[in-house]
Formats: sequence, C-alpha cells, structure tokens
Amino acid sequence: MANAQKNSHEAIERNVALMIVLTLLTVSVGGLVEIVPLFFQHSLTKPVVHTKDAQGKPVEVEIKPYDALRLAGRDIYIREGCYNCHSQMVRPFRAETERYGHFSVAAESIYDHPFQWGSKRTGPDLARVGGRYSDSWHRDHLINPRSVVPDSNMPAFPWLDRPVDASMIKEKMQTLRIVGVPYTDAEIAAAPSALTGKSEMDALVAYLQGLGTALSNFK
Amino acid sequence: MMSADFTSNFWNLYVIVLIVFGVGLCLFVLMTNNKRHTGPVEVQPHVWDETLAEYNNPLPRWWLYLFWATVIFSIVYLAIYPGLGNFQGFLNWSSVGQYEQEMAKAKQKYDTIYAKFRGQGIEALARNAEARAMGGRLFATYCAQCHGADAKGAPGFPNLTDNDWLWGGEPDTIVQTITNGRIGVMTPFDGVLSPTEVTDVANYVRSLSNLPNSAEAAQRGAMVFAANCVVCHGPDGRGQPLLGAPNLTDNIWLVSSSQAQIEKNVREGRNNRMPGFGDFLGEDKVRLLAAYVWGLSNK
Repeated sequence: MANAQKNSHEAIERNVALMIVLTLLTVSVGGLVEIVPLFFQHSLTKPVVHTKDAQGKPVEVEIKPYDALRLAGRDIYIREGCYNCHSQMVRPFRAETERYGHFSVAAESIYDHPFQWGSKRTGPDLARVGGRYSDSWHRDHLINPRSVVPDSNMPAFPWLDRPVDASMIKEKMQTLRIVGVPYTDAEIAAAPSALTGKSEMDALVAYLQGLGTALSNFK
Repeated sequence: MMSADFTSNFWNLYVIVLIVFGVGLCLFVLMTNNKRHTGPVEVQPHVWDETLAEYNNPLPRWWLYLFWATVIFSIVYLAIYPGLGNFQGFLNWSSVGQYEQEMAKAKQKYDTIYAKFRGQGIEALARNAEARAMGGRLFATYCAQCHGADAKGAPGFPNLTDNDWLWGGEPDTIVQTITNGRIGVMTPFDGVLSPTEVTDVANYVRSLSNLPNSAEAAQRGAMVFAANCVVCHGPDGRGQPLLGAPNLTDNIWLVSSSQAQIEKNVREGRNNRMPGFGDFLGEDKVRLLAAYVWGLSNK
C-alpha cells in the first residue's frame, strides 16, 4: 500500500499533463456543487417572484424586462459608476426592509446583464428606489445633490441633459435577447423612436423610477 | 419553508452525491494518513540537483486534528442546516424563515407601543411626547430626503413648518396626503400665452404678494390672470387646496419668488409629485407621521 501510494504520487508529480487534468478536476468540484445546480432552480431562472400580500396570502409577481428608455438609463447608471456607491440588494433583515421595502429576490435581477447587487454602500441602497421620490426630485438631485439633501456627499452629474445615444439601442436589445431577455421584434424596432428627443437624464430617471417597483407594494 | 426548487429530482441527487462523495474522500485521505510514524523519518525516493532530497514527515497531530474537526463540522452542519439537496436540515432553517421570525418578534414588541396610539386622534398624538419623538424618527427616515431634516423643504419641495398647505392642513388631509401621495399639475402656458403676457402675469403674481413689480405690466397681467389662471388659483389668487393650487398672495413660494422663476413656471407648468407611503409604511406609522407634521405647524 505504502509503495503503491508512493508510486502514484511520483507518477502524478512527473507527468505535467496528468497533474493539470487532476488539478482541474479538483478545483471544479466547488463550481459543480455550488454553481451548476443554480441553473436548474425555478426561483433563479423564471421571471416570477413568489411572495405574500398584506393578508399573508401567497401571490405571484411577474418581472418585466426593461423598456428601451430604461435600458438606456441603466447603461448611463453603469457608465457614471453609480454602482461604486449604491448597492441594489435589500438584504432580508428588518433593519433594511423597514427602510427600503421588500428584500431583494433573485428573479428581480433576471434581466440584468450584469446585475447591480453590489455590497458597497456609500450612498443608500437603490433596489427599491422606484416611486419613492418624484421625477423632479431625481433631476434636481442628479444635477446638484446638495440642492435637496444639504449633507449629501454625492457627486453632481450636471452633464446629463444631453441627448441620449440611441445609435446602438437595437443592437443592445438584440444582444440581450440572445442571453434570454424576451424582447419582441416589434419592441426592438420601436426602440430608437422611444429614445428620440430624450435626454440622458430622462433615461436615467426612468431607470431609477422603475427599480424594484414589482415588489414595492409588498412587505 | 421553500427548499431548493430544482427543475428535476436529478439535481437534488446530484448535489447529495457530490457532497457525500467529497466528505467521504476527505475521510478516506485522513484515515490513510493517520498512521503515526515510528523510527527514522522516510526520505522521498526522488533526488533533485544531485543531493536535494525530501523528508516524508507525517502531518503534525494538531494539524491533522483540525482536518478531522472540519469533517465533523461539515457533517453536523449538513444535518441541521440546508445543504444536502432538498433536505432542509433538522432545524428547518431558511433565511426567509429567519427574517419572518425577526419581523414577528419586532411586531410583538412594537405593536404594544402602536396599540396605545391607535385610539387617539392626530391632534392628541401631536401633543404626546412619545408619539412625537417616534414621528420625528420616522420623518428622518422616510421624509427628510425631500422635505429636509428640519422639515423646512427645499426649492420645489414644500416647507411643512409654516402652516401653509398646498392640499390642506387638516389632520385627516395630512393622513390622506401621506397615504396616497399627491400629484400637483400646473399646465404649461407656453404657446397659449405670448412672451409679453407671461411677463405681465408674472408681474401681477408678484404684486399679489407685494413684491417689487412693474405696475403697468401687473395691470395687464391681471387680465391675463383672470382669463387663464382663476380656474385653479381662484379669482383672488388664494388657491384651491382641493387641486393643490397654491395661494399666490401669501409670499410663500414652492420654488422661488423671482420674476424669472415665476415666468418659467407659467411657460413650462409644474409637475409635482409626492409619492404615496400608505402601502409601504402602514396606517400606524402614517398616523404618527401625520401627527408629527401637523404638530410642526400647530404647536
């Protein structure tokens, strides 16, 4: 036994190809156990959230893909680095749900490529910010955060009043369709006209106002 | 509680088999390396660079025991917590379950406090120091972002301390406002009024609050006002709380009293929105907030 072990030990050490194969097998176990099964769970692959209404009755809420304007707003959110200070993940703790609303659920990010969960909160979480402020609050706040929140240390984004770039919106939606966002041909064809005359500010505010609204009336 | 909701039982078994195999493999490696060496230390058969050999020492005991401890920990963990496929563990723990427990405990604790306030009117609550303190904390969490920590508002967001109300300051009206929100719309008059008429009517509006204005323009503006603005702001400019149309005679301004801002409002209209908080906060908290806000203007 001791001899056989020594021999196999030596065989692996002296054969780089075999060692690579065995190493790959070993390090893939974690992924095979923890990642692969996630692709085969209903709660992670269907745009439906199961929750309870105010009376405690189970309800199903459908998650919808971003329309063209919100999608463009999402890209501006990413471009401006909003995720550096704002998470989009309400954790299932009372301290968070009292402030923000229903905790975040995996299916809500099903059309996010990539998702914006994050864990860094210099500013507040934005997963349920939709509908919590008026459009004009968002505009004032993005142009100069101090005008509405005197103590804010958020940077100002005064350049957002320029027109939103609509040149790639069709391609973006087609690409997202490949990874599973169910945009119809009609929606894609209508996308550029949905962006004409809109500013980056319009798009970003539309994106923010839609965040988390599917569950904002549930606790 | 919801367990892993796999699309087929295969994935349940897949996870169980891989985990059991992994733990079993660890046990196998530990047991085959458990032998305590006695006598001279073995030397590995390979030699590098002519003389460089390697001892084959057994693992230090404390180190080996740590491995045993992790294996035992994993078995205990998998028995009481979810991890083995669909098996929920003997504690029946889930993050949602833990959250609901936390909420139920808090509800029990705070319900007794809220229960005290349920029978009382908004005015009574506003005079109750404990209710006022709670309302203040709720205000800081949910309302201060727009209305300011001191409730004095910001341009475009009403001051709540001056006893001047867009939608009415009765306690029940305030409850309504917080519960359902408000949408205050002024139609844009760009195109309806000529630029001179806009300037004239802005002069008239400033004259209503005795602010410096051109008397001649204000006189012309009075006619423009009578033809276009009285429907909402009333013939005397005192506004209509039912529509959220502000009183224009009291020198209290939602945005600014400047001639330029008033002209801008006339040209572009206003689209003010206060979100409703009824569903989100629930009646108990809304009433405490209403009491706090009412109390700011009715000391």
